This record gives sequence, C-alpha cells and structure tokens, in this order.
Amino acid sequence: MKKTVNVVIAGLGGQGVIKASDILSEAAFRSGFEVKKSEIHGMSQRGGSVTSDVRFGPQVLSPMISLGEADFLVVLAPDQVEVNRGQLRAGGVLIAPDLIDPAKLSNRKSFNVALLGALSAHLEISEKKWRSAMHAVLPEKLHAANEQAFAAGRQVGLSNKLKS
Amino acid sequence: MSSTERQLLSGDNAIALGALHGGVALGTGYPGTPSTEILEYFSHIGGKGQWSPNEKVALEVGIGVAYGGARALVTMKHVGLNVAADPFFSAAHTGVVGALVVVSADDPGMASSQNEQDNRRYAVAAAVPMLEPSDSQEAYDFTLAAIEISERWKIPVLLRVTTRVCHTQAPVQPRAAVPPPQPHFEHDLRGRNLIPANARPAHRRLRQKLSEMAEWSETTPLNQIIPGSKKLGIITSGVCFMHAREAAPDASFLKLGFTHPLPLKKIAKFVRSVERCVVIEENDPYLADAIRAAGLKVESKPEMFRFGELNVDRVRRILAHDISPEPTRPPGKPPELCDGCGHHVVFQALKNLDCIVAGDIGCYALGVLPPYSAMDCCVCMGSSIPIGLGLRHVLPPAEAKRVVSVIGDSTFVHSGMTGLAEMIYNRPPTGHVVVILDNSTTAMTGHQEHPGTGRMLDHSATGKVIYENLGKTLGIEDVRVFPLGKDCAEFQKLLVEALASEKLVLIVARRLCILAAKSIREYENRDKCATCCTAQEVLVS
Repeated sequence: MKKTVNVVIAGLGGQGVIKASDILSEAAFRSGFEVKKSEIHGMSQRGGSVTSDVRFGPQVLSPMISLGEADFLVVLAPDQVEVNRGQLRAGGVLIAPDLIDPAKLSNRKSFNVALLGALSAHLEISEKKWRSAMHAVLPEKLHAANEQAFAAGRQVGLSNKLKS
Repeated sequence: MSSTERQLLSGDNAIALGALHGGVALGTGYPGTPSTEILEYFSHIGGKGQWSPNEKVALEVGIGVAYGGARALVTMKHVGLNVAADPFFSAAHTGVVGALVVVSADDPGMASSQNEQDNRRYAVAAAVPMLEPSDSQEAYDFTLAAIEISERWKIPVLLRVTTRVCHTQAPVQPRAAVPPPQPHFEHDLRGRNLIPANARPAHRRLRQKLSEMAEWSETTPLNQIIPGSKKLGIITSGVCFMHAREAAPDASFLKLGFTHPLPLKKIAKFVRSVERCVVIEENDPYLADAIRAAGLKVESKPEMFRFGELNVDRVRRILAHDISPEPTRPPGKPPELCDGCGHHVVFQALKNLDCIVAGDIGCYALGVLPPYSAMDCCVCMGSSIPIGLGLRHVLPPAEAKRVVSVIGDSTFVHSGMTGLAEMIYNRPPTGHVVVILDNSTTAMTGHQEHPGTGRMLDHSATGKVIYENLGKTLGIEDVRVFPLGKDCAEFQKLLVEALASEKLVLIVARRLCILAAKSIREYENRDKCATCCTAQEVLVS
C-alpha cells in the first residue's frame, strides 16, 4: 500500500462512531501502518452528528480528511448518509447502514463493528489484526458479540465486493 | 499503560505520559474541551491528578507545587486561561523553582467553545516561553522539553495545543522516565512577594530571561528548517505544519516548535533564502504580524482563513491565492438535551412563564435551542448570576421580576459563588431568583467530578460543598431544594412563588445526570461499602 487510505466514519452521538474508529486505527497500527485518527468531541455526546477521520499508510501528515477525499465512508445512521456523502472522493466506497440487518446480530449495539466488518473486505488488514484490535479496545465481556458482528459484516462486505 | 513501547495516543494522552515520564508531582486543572483527557489519563496511568474548582485555583496550586521545588502540570481550555490570567502573569514575574507547565488547549473553529481566541497572544502578554507541538509525538516530547525549559529559566512555560493535536491519535515513541527533583522549600521573600519594590526588579529579571531565551530559540532543534524548493518557503507551527507539508510537499519549511520568543534571525535567514515565503497559521496572524514587524516580507493568509480550522484543502487555497467561496458541509444533526434529563422540566417552566433567562456554560446551554428557546444569554463561566443581577437593576419592575439566573453545579463551584456574594451585597429591589441545575457532575465535558460531588478526580470520596448550606450561610433569604421529576407543574409553581416573593431565592434543582447516574450510584455504593468495611476491620482489631 503506497498511498494513504482515508476512512470517514459518521453517525450520531452514542452510536459508537468513536469506538469503531478506535478499533480501525488500532488494527491499522498493529498492521505496521502509520495512523492518525481525528474527531471532534464535545457536543457530540448529546445525540448530535459525529464524524471521525482515520488515515493510515506509510506516512500520514494531516489528521483531517478534506471534503471529497475519503476513500471510504462508513455511516451508522440512515439520516447521516446524505449529510456526509460529500466526504467521498469520486469512485470512493460507501458502507451504508442498510448493508447490515441488525436483527442478525447477537447484540444490536455491535452494529458499528458489523459495519467495520463490511469495510474490512476492502482493506489490507488481516482478520487476526482486526481481532487483536477489538480485544485491545473493547472490554472482554463484549468480545464474543463483536466478533460475531464483525464476521457477519465481513461476509456482506466480501459478497458485495464480488458483485461490484 | 505507561510503558516505553511505541503506542497510539491522542495528543492529550501524550502530554499526560510526557508529564508522568518528566516527573510531574501534581497535575491540576479544570475540565474543558479539548483539554479534559490530559488529567484523566495522567491519573489513569499513575500520576497524581486533581480537578480544581476553576483554572485560577488550579494554576495557583501549581505555583505552590513549583515553589516547593516539585514539577507541576496545569491544564485548561483556552478560555480557562482567561480565568487563570492573574496568577499566570504574576508567576512569570516571581519565577518558579520546580517546573510549571501550563497547557492551553485552543479550539479553532469552536467545536465546543464560546469564542475562538488565540492564546499564543498570552505568551507575549505574560512574557513566558511557548511551545507548540504538531502531533502526539511532539506533544510528548514538548512536554518534556517544557519541563526542562521551565527549570532552566525558572519560569512558567505555556504549552499551546489545539483541538486537532489534543484529539488526534497518532503513534508515540516514549523515552525512559527522568527522575523527579526532591521537593524542598527555600525562602525568597523579595523574589515572590510582588509588592511594587520587589515587582520592579522582577519585571527586569523577566525581560532578561526572555532575551536569553530569544537567543536560545535561534539554535534549539525545536525550531527546524526542512530544506526544499527555493521557490516556496513556508513558516508554520502546530498542526498547520502537517496540513502545509501535505499541501506543498516540495516547499522549504521553517517549522517552529518554540514560538515565543521567536528566533527572528533564523526566520530572517529563511525568508531571504526563498523566492516566496508564506506563513501558514490558524486563527490570528500571530507569526505573520511578528515577522512583518521585524521588517521581513512574508505573505499571510487572507482574512477569510482566520475563521475556523485549517486543513490541507484550505492551505492549498491560501498558497494559490484562491479566495473563492469554499464548499460547505451540510449541517449535521444538532445536539440536544438527553431524554430523561432533569433540565427539560426547568426549561419548560422557564418557557411557560416567559422568563428572562441569564444562562451559563454547560449542557443546559442547549436550552437555547428549540423546543425551549428559553435562554437569553450564555457568555462565560459563572456569568449567569451577575448578568441576571445587572438586568434586575435596570429593567422596569414588571420585566425585572421575570429575570432568572440558571447555572449548573460544576459551573456554580467554578465561579458562581462570587455572584451569590454580589447578590447579597447589591440586592436588586425586586430580589432575584437563581436556579442551580444540580446533576452532580460536570456533564458537558464527559462527567468529571468537582467539589460539589464529594468525589475526587479518581472518583474516591472527599469533602463536599453543599450549595443549600452555602446559600443559607451567605444570607440568601429563601433557599429551596427541589428534586426534579418528569412533571413540570410543581417546579413551575415553585418558580412562580419565588418570582412573586421579590426575595433573594436560591433553588437547587436536583436530578442526577441521566448518562452519569449509573456510575455515580456505583461510586456511592463503593464508598458506603468502604466505610462499613473499615468500621468492621476496626471492630475486629
């Protein structure tokens, strides 16, 4: 991977946007990439829009992804898709919330991690690194549910990638 | 956790780790985005960190630590330094023994602040050295450098960071910890008693230190030239370096890490070495003004880029002289009061009664947004009570009697108490009504403890300020405690009575923050358990 990969994760306060970006950046870091992860905290906890920028590759300078320069846009809330669509570059990949059926998750709160699973189909990060990142970021009692959600999401991501 | 392995850390956490490895004996501060995590992480990794009632107190405690020969870290958001400005200026005059590092976390773009002030101006005004890290690694390294500089010149150091340094996670390679100095006290009556006869020579000493540091800044590796194309030179500091380096990878760079006093000779040499020299900085043209005042020809950014954060795209525009309108992001969903939050009832009543509401800083500032739109001003920490009093003093009685001040519990402890003293001292003819919205935490910044919660930074039990007792002791005529439920009618009835009474009324409207309630109950149970277990141990022994 020669270029910096730009991922924007978007959603609403309380949905786990920051947690998802923690896992992604930790997985990229454990895979030997340089990483920067940046977001705006503060008012976000009160249910407002939240976005987190994750950049990784051989070298990362600015922590922020300029409008229209994201390679991937992962959106957790249906009403946040259009608001954030402008973040994607031409040809960039949208990982939309309707990819995943929350009913198929053993814990609906793992929806953020299921979308990471869908994203993972597109990234050069091994399943082993994803798992170790989840274990590092999440408390032990949540590991099983999140691994199930990740695997479900990854399956959807892989089959969609084959179709496209 | 505090190991020397390369690890991903936010700038805030990197400052905390730097402080721990730099032998900081005590970290103090008041929560404020984007600075809050520094002290929390410092405590988490084994440092001694404590919240103060406000930034002025935090800095004064820090000054005491540094007078005692130990190392102090004091953290705050940019507006916090306004509160702490008085001791900040004077500490520069008295000097210190142990290191005193003051972190100011600025918020360009105001993601969570009431103004966009550029605290680099404070380094100049108070005549203290300033460091500006550009990422987490530098946040760590510069914290250690700040400790060294502070002890070398016996002066407080301003470590100025911004939101994108504080809240960006990036790899940090830590170093081995340095041993802390042994605290000890030596009298220095002339040095630290700033009566005019002592303050005059103190000011001369301060200027002498600054001129020595100006010489040092010419050679320190904190100010770094990165050679590149001679066609374009960029002078920059902080996170702007990262944006600029990405926007113009071929340019020559003068990256300033030590930004007060400035290395003007080094800057002059750099400016003359390139065909075109552009200063890239957020907010105020601090560097550009200083460089131009030294008679050097540099380009500064157009005024439109003074507002908000910079990013790679904006730097490209600055370099291309592009002042065309920028693309805007569609507005996201605004934040709102949580379901079940006690503030709902209060703002519904204030709206129903068409009150004139002097508000304050905290979650409850969301009371200004629909559906309530029931807050008439929100200016700075603690301002609700005095502004309400000012309105009461001049408005016609019919309007004056509708004025209410609302203030959160943490904000009240921060700087609301002097407002109560003012209320008793300069009593408006129509009385006044103050509502403390007591949710038993500093909610907005992520549930930090404060002196009114009775728990310390690490949530262990300690002494507690009780607002109703304080109000009675101060001489408030009518003090009420109201447990907030879901029903607005009872609270509204109380408010009607209070307004009609024309007394000085303090209402403590109490309900645990809905997001923090579970944790708070756990802390309380743990404390109860600890008390009874200790009692049993005593009985057994």
